Amino acid sequence: MKQRPNYFAGLATFIWLLIIGVPLYALINTAIGPQDAYSQNGPLTLPTHFTLSNVTTVIQSGFLGYIWNTILVSTATVVLVLAFSIPISFAVVRGSGWITRGVFRVFLLGLAIPAQAVIIPLFLIINQLGLYDTLWGVILPTAAFSMPVSVLVISGGMREISSELYEAMALDGARPARVLTTMVIPLSRSSISTAGVFAALQAWNGFLFPLIMTQSNSTKVATLGLYNFVSTYSANIPALLAAVLMSAVPILVVYLFARRALVAGLMGAGGK
Amino acid sequence: MVSLTSARTVRAAAPSRPPLKTGRPGAGWAIPGLVFFGVFALLPMAGVVYLSLTSWDGITAPQFIGWHNWSRFLGDHQIVQSTIVTAILLLGNIAVQAPISILLGVWAAGKQRNRAVLTAIFFLPLLLSTAATSVMWRQLLDPNFGLPSKMSWLFFGDQNMLGTQAGSIVCLIAVTSWQFVPFHSLLYQGAARNVPETLYQAAALDGAGRARQFFSITLPLLRNTIVTSTTFMVVGGLTAFDVVLLLTNGGPGTDTSTLPFTMYQTAFVTYDYGYAAAVATFLLLLATGASLLLVRLTGYTKMTSTQEGL
Repeated sequence: MKQRPNYFAGLATFIWLLIIGVPLYALINTAIGPQDAYSQNGPLTLPTHFTLSNVTTVIQSGFLGYIWNTILVSTATVVLVLAFSIPISFAVVRGSGWITRGVFRVFLLGLAIPAQAVIIPLFLIINQLGLYDTLWGVILPTAAFSMPVSVLVISGGMREISSELYEAMALDGARPARVLTTMVIPLSRSSISTAGVFAALQAWNGFLFPLIMTQSNSTKVATLGLYNFVSTYSANIPALLAAVLMSAVPILVVYLFARRALVAGLMGAGGK
Repeated sequence: MVSLTSARTVRAAAPSRPPLKTGRPGAGWAIPGLVFFGVFALLPMAGVVYLSLTSWDGITAPQFIGWHNWSRFLGDHQIVQSTIVTAILLLGNIAVQAPISILLGVWAAGKQRNRAVLTAIFFLPLLLSTAATSVMWRQLLDPNFGLPSKMSWLFFGDQNMLGTQAGSIVCLIAVTSWQFVPFHSLLYQGAARNVPETLYQAAALDGAGRARQFFSITLPLLRNTIVTSTTFMVVGGLTAFDVVLLLTNGGPGTDTSTLPFTMYQTAFVTYDYGYAAAVATFLLLLATGASLLLVRLTGYTKMTSTQEGL
């Protein structure tokens, strides 16, 4: 059906494009420009000189190691979250009795627990386990706090599998483990990837757990590295912004190669 | 939240269960994950309530002191201020983000080519972590070198936005929105794509214009997503911490110290863990209360699928 052009939408999206685009332009322009150009002209001029000196400064400070730690933390978090959430969701959806219903309630309640509210006892627990200042001290709480969303998303996906399919497998005498691996996991792939994307972004974004649970450079993640750079590079803004830009590179690569999966994964978190 | 939508399916699905027992997982399948979640999420929840009744410096064992922290809590002006600031940020974020996200999401749900390209650009802030976003904006808002020095007309002539309480609150809301609107509009985009095209065709035949279609079809059918997205915003708003630490550091003075920020300072800067645990318990109560209230207000327990009857 032909409609007249939507001028309101056109204008509004143009303004939004400026709101998103101008700061990003300023970020990139400053990060790849020389320092004196920034202090003289500010962040919004047309780029005159391209330089990698800011990036080199950041690399020399060990920032790549922090990014690597973030990648390790994110990967381990996703593996842990999925390893725990898939069997739980399977039990919640296909198990019977009050226990499995209770389990679902627990995770529904878990959604409302803010990490900030329990950070003090958690700090005590991590210390008691001897995990202070290790990456595990960051991974374990991050994974635990990703579980409610993950269980709810995955069990939502598993409920869509029709009960005829389950019955057919049961008639064949398949045991739960076989039902899970040959049918349930393949059929709830999209919700599992949603949960994975969500857990990965949670770990990627994580700031509070690393701030409290780690202290040395060898266990520093990228977000915390940025926090420290604010004081180290208070006089070298281009280097600081280069670090900001570099911290986004790994996930930008993921976005370029798996945009569809990433976007679909996040969209899935909104439910049906 | 998916959760929210799935909770009702549980009940609906229960009676139709076949009696067949083979192939069904026992409760044992849930135990490893439940233990894990219990140790790192549920146990600390009980722990924080207990610690709020103690005096603890983080080195020696916690000393039980009864209600002392709580009577101090009730007379603490900083807590009142932090609660108000947290509430303003929370409401401000919803007021700014919800309308923009809904409009952008519905717009992006259109299949036009130019929309797909722009949507890919609009997604970009989501690739930066909150820490990166806050650090970036802190520099861009610098009164001498940042954007205000070049575009002062946009900042109402006040170049040092982070120098006043009102300015700082505006900045916190703007930066949070800048980062999270892409996520929320993605949720709405997904939901808006699920609205059946036939409804719009029928409405157009009845002579409904674009605005009428939006308010009478799109918006009502987005209600589940509105609940989901608002829940994310409320929980995110109550726990706004990294953006405060990195953008305003609670300042000027303690003017933008949110509850989590005050809790952090009390515990990990001044090492008064017992009192900080009382603040944390309060935060826990607020978060639980807010999500229960949200569930009630939106009639979520009675929520039905928006696809029903189509």
